[in-house]
Amino acid sequence: MLKELTSLSGISSYENDVLDYIYSTVKDHCDRIEHDSTDNLYCFKKGRKTGKTVMFTAHTDEVGFLVSGITDEGYLKFSSIGIDSRILLGLRVFVGKNRTPGVIGIKAVHLTTADERKKAVEEKNMYIDIGASSKEEAEKLTEKGDFIVFDSDYTEFGDGKVKAKALDDRVGCATLIKLIKEANFEYDTWCVFTVQEEVGLRGGRIAAKRILPDLFIALEATTCSYIPDMEKGKNVTNLGGGVALSYMDGGFMADRKLVGALIERAKERNILCQLKSYASGGNEVRAAQTVGRGVIAAALSVPCRYLHSPLTVMDKKDYEAMYLLAKEVAENLSALEVL
Amino acid sequence: MELLKKLTDAFGVSGSECDIAELIKGELEGLGEISVSPLGNVSLHIPGNGKKILFAAHMDEIGVMARFIDDNGFVYISAVGGLSAHTALNSRIRFENGVCGVLSAGEKKEIKDLKITDMFVDIGAKNKAEAESMISLGMCGKFESNFEISGNTIISRVLDNRAGCFALIKAAKELEKCDADIYFVFTSQEEIGLRGAATAAYDICPDYAIAVDITDTGDTPDCEKMAVKLGDGPCIKIMDKGIVTNHLVRDIIETAAKEENIPYQLEILTAGSTDASMLQFSCGGIKTGAISIPLRYIHTSSEMGNLVDLQNTVKLICAICKKLCNFEKTIDNCRKI
Repeated sequence: MLKELTSLSGISSYENDVLDYIYSTVKDHCDRIEHDSTDNLYCFKKGRKTGKTVMFTAHTDEVGFLVSGITDEGYLKFSSIGIDSRILLGLRVFVGKNRTPGVIGIKAVHLTTADERKKAVEEKNMYIDIGASSKEEAEKLTEKGDFIVFDSDYTEFGDGKVKAKALDDRVGCATLIKLIKEANFEYDTWCVFTVQEEVGLRGGRIAAKRILPDLFIALEATTCSYIPDMEKGKNVTNLGGGVALSYMDGGFMADRKLVGALIERAKERNILCQLKSYASGGNEVRAAQTVGRGVIAAALSVPCRYLHSPLTVMDKKDYEAMYLLAKEVAENLSALEVL
Repeated sequence: MELLKKLTDAFGVSGSECDIAELIKGELEGLGEISVSPLGNVSLHIPGNGKKILFAAHMDEIGVMARFIDDNGFVYISAVGGLSAHTALNSRIRFENGVCGVLSAGEKKEIKDLKITDMFVDIGAKNKAEAESMISLGMCGKFESNFEISGNTIISRVLDNRAGCFALIKAAKELEKCDADIYFVFTSQEEIGLRGAATAAYDICPDYAIAVDITDTGDTPDCEKMAVKLGDGPCIKIMDKGIVTNHLVRDIIETAAKEENIPYQLEILTAGSTDASMLQFSCGGIKTGAISIPLRYIHTSSEMGNLVDLQNTVKLICAICKKLCNFEKTIDNCRKI
């Protein structure tokens, strides 16, 4: 399932392929399904008890690019969303619904000066070559505003490691689908696949306002920089260290009691779990916890190396741990004594 | 001043407000209906049949959070709220469980190169294991310093915004019986993005909201120009980064001050914002303003305030409530919007 999910194209607001796939996967497993004008997909699971409403989210969008212009020579200019331009040169991409292959280029090494080679190339000086030899030819294949995604296969390597694009947040989507199919929900629960997280938590904010839950859990991918030359303590998480929790990140202060209780529960059930060692990044908890009277909220995250690149790397152990802890929340929330 | 001292001593780093919230709840006992929201806002409701008004003072404070313990037992931190590295340097940090340490940056860095994320708290542990037995990751720490009062000058940590909390509590105690439907809300998580305030008005939907917070002054050597002085009275906010005060609310506050002969100043703040910024967007929009208590040396362990300003803030809050009691009559004195 993760392989299929990561192979789909779904940059922010172009998420229909992902949403359609998820819909067809979960539609026979939900008590009710709703949509809203932004295309958030709401899957309702009736609980054993009533009185509280729980909400889980996973966002369907991924980082990518838009075609911002076509040059007279038939090259595409592009704008990126949430990507470090230093990683782009030489990458393969797919353009638009027809998945027109393209490569990101600049002038060849032969034509550069020694000084130029020392500097990172800015995005505005790169282009995408889709094999067209004129503007007219390129316009037959694409148009301004078309979306562009990374061309990157799902590969398993090492000891349980996975390499793919868009693990952020298809790993959350996969977890939530599995939860819908397998968990025996304690309380009435909305499992929401949210849109446009990468461009400002837009779907999540709207969804949380619609549901006004008592408890909110975001299922997310988070950064992991346990790499050479990284100062100890700034790596945020460790790959294979288990599902990551945090009291605070760049955008939220999680409910302390909830995070504490989740860590305790993980220990009791022998679920691998780690605390983030550096406050960075942000996710839908930020938007969701200030709706209504305020919401008790936290995030469960799978550590991913090289986040927001075509080659995100995760450990299946962490994915499994996130699923198990999310299932604990879904099935035995009252035992956490946080509501 | 015993109450102000207790309030400034209490622990209440954003998101870890249990201690300060309990203290405030205790003080409010018997004054009305008390409730606590999911994000930790403490509300006091004094019911009435007239206009509905909400006063908000944030009870949280800036601090640090333990994020990483190295092999030698030094505790690296994240900032909780707007800390500047050079004012935080060498401060005493007291963690929530009472463990105390010193915030250091080592000896080799120039002060201009300091970053909070490079700084560590030395809690006197011999190694990682000992440190881990003393505190746990994710635990927050507050800046420690003494409460001093001499004449009318108060020097203390976290007058931002325990001074505002003090004013609301005192006002709630001194308030004369009136018709207005009054809410005093002590909000959480202001210092990390006005989070408590974002939810404070949701199920109240007041006619007016007034944040009670602190502001900077322009009366010390070499400071930013600002027409606010310590000791010249509470400020009526006109504008800051997050709000242009509603004119009707401004007029209500200003006429209340004039009628009761309370000295006041007008505040235009070029940096920073308060709970008012969030309150104005709640419930489809609320007419919102703010009262600010002048402070020097904000966000340091030695904030300086003035006792008379504080007493006048209490009077001003009571005067506003009194004015709303008889609102239909007094509105004519206010500029119509």
